[in-house]
Amino acid sequence: MLYPWAMADPAIQLSGVSKRYGAHAALDGVDLAVPRGAFVALVGGSGSGKTTLLKTINGLIAPDAGRVTVDGEDVAAVPPHQLRRRIGYVFQEVGLFPHLSVAENIGVTPRLLGWDRARIAARVAELLELVALPSEMAARAPAALSGGQRQRVGVARALAAEPRIVLMDEPFGALDPVIRDALGADVRALHERLGLTTVMVTHDMAEAVLLADRIVVLDGGRILADGAPAELMAHAGDPQVRALLEAPKRQAERLRERLGA
Amino acid sequence: MSPRLQAAFDRLPEYLGWHVALSLSALALGLAISLPLAVAASRSPRLRWPVLALASLIQTIPSLALLALFYPLLLALSALSEAVLGHGFSALGFLPSLLALTLYSILPILRNGVAGITGVDPAVTQAADGVGMTSRQKLFKVELPLAAPVIMAGVRTAAVWTIGAATLSTPVGQTSLGNYIFAGLQTENWVFVLFGCAASAALALSADQLLGLVELGARRRSRLLAGGGLAGLVAGAALALAPLVGFGEPSAYVVGAKNFSEQYILAEMMADRLEATGARVSRKEDLGSAVAYRALAAGEIDVYVDYSGTLWSNVLRRTDNPGRKAVLKGLTDELARRDGVLVLGPLGFENAYAFAMRADRAAALHVRDLGDLARASQGLTLGTDIEFLSRPEWKAVDAAYGFRFRDKRVFQPTFMYRALASGDADVISAFSSDGRIAADNLVVLADPKGALPPYDAVILVSPKHAHDRRLLSALEPLVGAISVEAMRDANLSVDRDAGKVTPAEAARALEARIRR
Repeated sequence: MLYPWAMADPAIQLSGVSKRYGAHAALDGVDLAVPRGAFVALVGGSGSGKTTLLKTINGLIAPDAGRVTVDGEDVAAVPPHQLRRRIGYVFQEVGLFPHLSVAENIGVTPRLLGWDRARIAARVAELLELVALPSEMAARAPAALSGGQRQRVGVARALAAEPRIVLMDEPFGALDPVIRDALGADVRALHERLGLTTVMVTHDMAEAVLLADRIVVLDGGRILADGAPAELMAHAGDPQVRALLEAPKRQAERLRERLGA
Repeated sequence: MSPRLQAAFDRLPEYLGWHVALSLSALALGLAISLPLAVAASRSPRLRWPVLALASLIQTIPSLALLALFYPLLLALSALSEAVLGHGFSALGFLPSLLALTLYSILPILRNGVAGITGVDPAVTQAADGVGMTSRQKLFKVELPLAAPVIMAGVRTAAVWTIGAATLSTPVGQTSLGNYIFAGLQTENWVFVLFGCAASAALALSADQLLGLVELGARRRSRLLAGGGLAGLVAGAALALAPLVGFGEPSAYVVGAKNFSEQYILAEMMADRLEATGARVSRKEDLGSAVAYRALAAGEIDVYVDYSGTLWSNVLRRTDNPGRKAVLKGLTDELARRDGVLVLGPLGFENAYAFAMRADRAAALHVRDLGDLARASQGLTLGTDIEFLSRPEWKAVDAAYGFRFRDKRVFQPTFMYRALASGDADVISAFSSDGRIAADNLVVLADPKGALPPYDAVILVSPKHAHDRRLLSALEPLVGAISVEAMRDANLSVDRDAGKVTPAEAARALEARIRR
């Protein structure tokens, strides 16, 4: 075992996963195991394959080669809609259903699973509190919310059916820095509290360092580096990885100098 | 209220009812076809292009032609079904109109459906996948509700087009608001023409406004608005269709008529006589010349008046002219043998194609017969009705005399006489029983070579009723009873500008005259 967290029974496992679009290889033989309870950040530039990797986990993208398992089950063998109902999914554009209220948006997956009305209503109320939104928001239309509120509803929707695994595709990318920081901290707290396995795609190394306990760096569809933030910093041989990691550190130092803290 | 306006209002329940029944069915069928097609086309870009191109192509076919094309097609299908299944179906009236209008309604719904579905924010459709919807749930819970306002806008366009084009179903034998327009144009009853236009425009506008309410409801996600619009549509349709419940009873006899005044008058006369026997009678007016005979042979109509020369050349494809008696005898034998159609007998007058000129102009040009006309033809313009130049009679007479007209122009019969008066035409293909020949002081040119066949008006009876005593004894008294003068007077009373009467009134006057 190369890494201490690669346990015998991972929540998510990719073996030799490849995906090509024409001549371009989005994923090129990726092996990755995500243990239960981990918060993993997938980091890389655009075109590095990080979003493609995330989408192979809940079957939004089917790989050309290799195998993806979730809870030991081959993703290709499960009807995709059933797989997705037990995996929470949050993405940058949020994608709230504009013709449904906030409550209906949050309750959409429980309804697909056939929960009764009372259970859905109770769950919606619980989730609004969990993502720190006032309960009177429930009846509003998504168009009446601010960007940060919308993404909180997006997170609540992803958590509604009590998934054990949550996938997040640049969830805070479109938010302003203050809200982004607050929501990031809230999501990390939820991760701890609910005992989730979380995989988050981001291009922001600082965000990855602050939230994740493991960082996977992708480039050209391959894994360039993989480890805990401090460990990566200590051992990264690749100059590209080192540069990526040092950028937020240098930024933090300069901030401290200029602000005189 | 003026009698003509009163007559228009009297017919409104029947015409409007059929118009609504036809447009509504076509729209419903169009929706049932184009919505699934729109979903399929929005899923597959490879399907999208050919489907939209085909729908656009159909839209470029003039609507009248589309309606006309369905009649022979359905006739062939009906014959096939008769041969294979043992029973055919009606190729005239509702069915061809329904199919043509359905095709017409497809494009706007299809185009807007594809635009609406493909226009849904990809973030939202991705979220639908992400929360675990099946492809069907995504369609019904997300894509269709979000595309609904755009689709409704397409349905509105389709409704307006369908209601407008439905007026053109009259010539294929379907009663509609178009009956006002076609009959009014023919008898120069402008009250009817305007009434028909206004009624169909009002219907289209109301449907558009109510569908607009549904569209607004879909846009604002207001159940109240959408429900109100739908309730208005349902109530309006129910109100318009209610009078048809009575018309739903099958008629014992269907009387046919082609599209000119004499035909309307004779059809009314025959219908009156059949109704006098206590039978329920319906009328199919404004049939095309070729449609009428085929409709009779197929049993779509039971009785109508045609002309011996027309049948001789167009149905039997004969080009010779053995004389009036021989043509009648040949027709009686041949139509009975070939189609089982009964030639009940000649009415007593001819309505021949006759070349007519203004008396003063003919005198100035020294034209007395068709030979003189041929010699003078290089400087003259011929005005004809819509079908004359494509009929075998024209080919025969042209071959016999060798005309070289400077120009040939085609008119509605009404405007053909006007063209002669205004000088837009020098000579026209008139009808010998037309009252306007005497009224307009026209001369009919002699045909010394006998190139034009005789045109005895004859009553034709469908095979189904060829031995129906009730029908035969009701109509037999008309045989040999109508002189050309009586017919001309009756025609003129309908066609003249001042003091005109309806065909039904003219029929009653003519009936009274022959009983004297």
